[in-house]
Amino acid sequence: MIVKNEKGRTILLSMVNAIHENKQYLGDIDGLIGDGDHGMNMNKGFVTYGERLGDAETSFVDGLIDLGSILVNEIGGSMGPIYGTILMEMADKAEDAEDITPELFIEMLEAGLDGLYGIVDARPGDKTLVDTLNTAIQGLKKAVAEGKSFADALDCMKESAEAGKESTKDMVAKYGRASRLGERSRGVLDAGATSCCIILQSMADGMKAVME
Amino acid sequence: MQRILNNPDNIVDEMLKGFVKVHSDMVKTTEHPRVLAAKAAPVAGKVGVVTGGGSGHKPAFIGYVGENMCDAAAVGEICSSPTAAAFRDAFHAADGGAGVACLYGNYSGDNMNVKMAVRMAKKDGLTVKTVVANDDVASAPKDQREKRRGVAGEIFMWKCGGAKAAKGGNLDEVIAAAQKAIDNTRSVGIGLTPCTLPAVGHPNFEIKEGTMEVGIGHHGEPGIAVQPLGTAAEMAQQMVNVVLPDYPFVEGDEVAVLVSGLGATPVMELYVLYDEIEKLLTEKGIKVHRSYVGNYFTSLDMMGATLTMMKLDEELKELVDMDCYTMGLKQK
Repeated sequence: MIVKNEKGRTILLSMVNAIHENKQYLGDIDGLIGDGDHGMNMNKGFVTYGERLGDAETSFVDGLIDLGSILVNEIGGSMGPIYGTILMEMADKAEDAEDITPELFIEMLEAGLDGLYGIVDARPGDKTLVDTLNTAIQGLKKAVAEGKSFADALDCMKESAEAGKESTKDMVAKYGRASRLGERSRGVLDAGATSCCIILQSMADGMKAVME
Repeated sequence: MQRILNNPDNIVDEMLKGFVKVHSDMVKTTEHPRVLAAKAAPVAGKVGVVTGGGSGHKPAFIGYVGENMCDAAAVGEICSSPTAAAFRDAFHAADGGAGVACLYGNYSGDNMNVKMAVRMAKKDGLTVKTVVANDDVASAPKDQREKRRGVAGEIFMWKCGGAKAAKGGNLDEVIAAAQKAIDNTRSVGIGLTPCTLPAVGHPNFEIKEGTMEVGIGHHGEPGIAVQPLGTAAEMAQQMVNVVLPDYPFVEGDEVAVLVSGLGATPVMELYVLYDEIEKLLTEKGIKVHRSYVGNYFTSLDMMGATLTMMKLDEELKELVDMDCYTMGLKQK
């Protein structure tokens, strides 16, 4: 099973809708140990992308580049460069591939994580979106190595993303604004880890919908 | 929430429109809607001085754009870093052919966006060097100074870096002056009430009635101690106790002192606080060469104040004394 790169519209819109639906939820989580604007800023970036796409088709790779550029060039904050870098590095890795295979998708996500490591000091265990992304990649790799179908492997990735997100609850923030709370940050989900989970899961759902 | 708003999502753009109308003798708009430049920028042959940061800290950051301070500023959403593209365009707006000094505060978003912007500018053939302010003593221990946040000490960094550039310093000299200014500067804040982001509508942290938070950050980052609300004299003592030993400031030192309100504290109370601080400094044999009291670097509607002190040498004294003309600081 593969995902045709040209069928990006469904995947990107799945991501846009998921962030839009969770705007309030992300804001509420962020408000507990951050400043409460995470949902608003993410929604602004993703919805802007959706509006500009309009009725047009897009490849998966072009969609990642366009969405990433909006986040970097128009949203800013911390999440603009973070998600912008992840998405654009993913796109870079796929270049003009016609088919997104499970192996290529793993490489794309790993390139995204590597790109992120180039701009932030956060690593697994620091209560950030790294915990979601890293755990999701590990889950996907394991499933593919075990010979699971692409669709099943994406389900494994979704579960791993969820587990990675949930793991941030018991962590003490070591990076980003919440790190200044120290022990007071324990017991609450990290907002970035949560939005990352939403993005990965909706990306997987979109991919499954257009899988051939 | 008792605030003056239309749609809170548009507050930054609407604020900029008003600001430019009022201060057209100091600043001008640029092609990038989130970049303001000094009226005379770019000045040929002069090092461009750029800053930027999230909104909600008026007069920072655009209030320090103008004659002999910053040449351009990138403007972010409330409490959120400007984009890399805004920083890059601010570099271009400030560039008079002698390179650009980007002087900003130590926050993760700003660090990332400035880093990306410097990389983009390099591709455009522009040399940008940076100084990151980390004057907030309470935000990390002294042996981790690189983790400390930038707060009102940034004003001294812009003042000295901007003056050095205006006096014809080259890029390395401007960077060195700004770095020296921030290295010689220490700050601490005391928060009395939380602040509310207009689009969020409720405070996102709590300071209980009758208490104060020593060492609070500009976005409500927790401080080092929550204590019963003290008198102005007790607050002054607390602040001086945090700031003096950290640098350390000692007998015989000459300093510039800046007491800034956090947004909602009446300015008259800041003078009461300053009077107490000045008494303590005099007792310690520290000479105040120049002092500033007012709302210089705020945090929306937070109540409270910050104390910032910069140790002066001959060079910094000359730079801090230089005339300037900006919305936030007018001096002659």
